[in-house]
Amino acid sequence: MTDKPKAAPPAAGGRANTKKELPEHFKAYKHVWVAVEIEHGQVHSVSFELLGEGRKLADKRGVELAAVLTGDDRATLDAAAAQAFEYGADVAYIVCHPTLAHYRNEVATTVMTDLVNTYKPEILLLGATNLGRDLAGSVATTLKTGLTADSTALEIDDDGSLAATRPTFGGSLLCTIFTLNFRPQMATVRPRVMAMPEAEPGRTGRIIEHPLELNEDDIVTKVLKFIADSESDTAQLPYADIVVAGGLGLQSEENFQLVKELAAVIGAEYGGSRPLVQKGWITADRQIGQTGKTIRPKLYIAAGISGAIQHRVGVEGADLVVAINTDPNAPIFEFAHLGIVADAVTLLPALTEAFSKRLRVNRLAG
Amino acid sequence: MHIVVCIKQVPDSAQIRVHPVTNTIMRQGVPTIINPYDLFALEEALRLRDAMGGEVTVLTMGPPTAADSLRKALAFGADRAVLLTDRYFAGSDTLATSYALSMALTKIASEFGKPEIIFTGKQTIDGDTAQVGPGIAKRLDYNQLTYISRIVETDVAKGEITVERRAEGGIQLLKTKMPALITMLEATNEMRRGAIETALKAARAEVVTWNAEAVGIEDLTKCGLRGSPTIVKRVFAPEARSEKAQLVEVDGDAGAKAEALIAEIFGRAPAVEDDMREFAATHH
Ligand SMILES: Cc1cc2nc3c(=O)[nH]c(=O)nc-3n(C[C@H](O)[C@H](O)[C@H](O)COP(=O)(O)OP(=O)(O)OC[C@H]3O[C@@H](n4cnc5c(N)ncnc54)[C@H](O)[C@@H]3O)c2cc1C
Ligand SMILES: Nc1ncnc2c1ncn2[C@@H]1O[C@H](COP(=O)(O)O)[C@@H](O)[C@H]1O
Repeated sequence: MTDKPKAAPPAAGGRANTKKELPEHFKAYKHVWVAVEIEHGQVHSVSFELLGEGRKLADKRGVELAAVLTGDDRATLDAAAAQAFEYGADVAYIVCHPTLAHYRNEVATTVMTDLVNTYKPEILLLGATNLGRDLAGSVATTLKTGLTADSTALEIDDDGSLAATRPTFGGSLLCTIFTLNFRPQMATVRPRVMAMPEAEPGRTGRIIEHPLELNEDDIVTKVLKFIADSESDTAQLPYADIVVAGGLGLQSEENFQLVKELAAVIGAEYGGSRPLVQKGWITADRQIGQTGKTIRPKLYIAAGISGAIQHRVGVEGADLVVAINTDPNAPIFEFAHLGIVADAVTLLPALTEAFSKRLRVNRLAG
Repeated sequence: MHIVVCIKQVPDSAQIRVHPVTNTIMRQGVPTIINPYDLFALEEALRLRDAMGGEVTVLTMGPPTAADSLRKALAFGADRAVLLTDRYFAGSDTLATSYALSMALTKIASEFGKPEIIFTGKQTIDGDTAQVGPGIAKRLDYNQLTYISRIVETDVAKGEITVERRAEGGIQLLKTKMPALITMLEATNEMRRGAIETALKAARAEVVTWNAEAVGIEDLTKCGLRGSPTIVKRVFAPEARSEKAQLVEVDGDAGAKAEALIAEIFGRAPAVEDDMREFAATHH
């Protein structure tokens, strides 16, 4: 028996409209928006990645790209708007209000749905971060429109619709999803799935300020405290230039130390496949793959990892994938650039040794 | 306190294979399981009930065979199970799913008492959207608490709940009013083993079964495929990279292999060599 994914079983009863018949009142919806994520004064880099992608979509549609910025500090918002312009936005919608000091679903949903209803974008993109997913789900439900989560590719198809591709069935397959007859067409994209665009210094745009009438007393949810992650134990995996990872092929937690030792010598972050999290060898924030982190390093070394599709989708953006595996038929060799059929337990320490020798020699010589 | 946990029966996707020629999913013989994330939600609900008294109802929307998952949840210790099943629900996307579930939750509220807390998992392993929870919260006007790592306190008298929520770069300590919808993070607790007696009782327990009409859905265009704004147009397997990995083949010991591999790496990515040198110069 074969079957299609959940969203498209054999037609039951009347079929959904698979043809585009956009209702009249949606025809005014135009332009591409990116919800810019600002937490603690900083723009999340996924927002820049989305602006880069949004720019391409807007150009294909011949429309403008807008950034949506919300917060309680005008200076921060202006600085973020200036950055958004440099990364491709033509317009910045700014909502500045004391209730927006911290992210809270209630207020954020009110603000976003109000903006959408007022200015009518045809496409709305958000980062698939905890914040973005939280907001996207409630905004889409409020607006009764479609939302494609964790998209890995965004295109404009021939009739001008957003075609959002995402993994399905635990990543074994990909599917392309459309929101043909509702607006806006919403999608979330995970950090590092899209490439970081080049900023264009000095590029500017228009600021549109939008009011918010709301009292703190009207909001039920209160943020009592924010406990920041201490710098030391948050893995900067998604943004690392070099990543070394291990998989079950390493056989023991002890052997996994070999990955850490190599990483320490070459200035890499370390990570692993999902089973290692389940075994408790690494923490969940170091898992690479579909249900872990997406990485885009210049160099990715995978030792004892079979290369299951759920792992692969997390490393698709790596420039150079190097695989160490005892099995010449391991799927990882299908997508790695360089490979070596070898026992990682003996090769890893040899690599650590050889790298450190080379780098030491270089230092003495330099 | 009345707590409802939404669980979904999913194919054990670790065991799903794609047909090499037709590129379709081979579901044959793939066992179904309770969505793993939903078990964390269930465990948290059971703990709350054990500490504060009350009842835990589990709810699922799915085919009639999803009753198996509900029985499993009863065996873990849930008090009541509700199955929402109807062929009109087939093909639901997240919007249509949250609509059907919210109608069932409204009926649960009127039959068995309004839930103070509704739990969902963080996400499903087949849909993976993490949107059904927020969708339900919005429709029922429950306060939405997503990515909760810990329930710090529930004050039934005041109707307040305090939780820790995973946010970007840290943890938010949030306080809000019940009723609230909570999506639970993984690995916050470990699922209990149900007692033998509970398991035996569960095997005989009745699963409350409702269809669309029973939960008061009159407008069937809000359900299933027709109620789903998103349309899946194409399903395909990821492309293989046109060329396979270049294999480094050297005779000799691990040291020789390491040298050869490093030479290849630096040959292909000179910038990486520069990065490493800079790192070594400042850190060693
Ligand atoms: C819904 C879902 C989501 C998932 N999400 C993720 C995810 O985000 N990330 C992820 O990684 N996985 C994910 N998985 C799991 C994924 O399907 C694989 O099971 C997993 O990636 C396998 O891990 P592994 O390669 O470490 O182990 P294995 O598949 O067991 O592979 C071990 C490999 O090591 C090799 N090996 C053995 N001995 C040695 C040795 N001495 N030296 C070198 N090589 C050796 C073997 O040849 C083999 O290729 C997900 C699965 C599901 C169902
Ligand atoms: N058909 C369903 N029946 C019951 N609960 C569901 C169903 N689909 C999703 N859920 C709940 O919503 C959560 C998020 O699902 P998803 O949006 O598919 O990732 C799951 O962890 C479940 O708790």
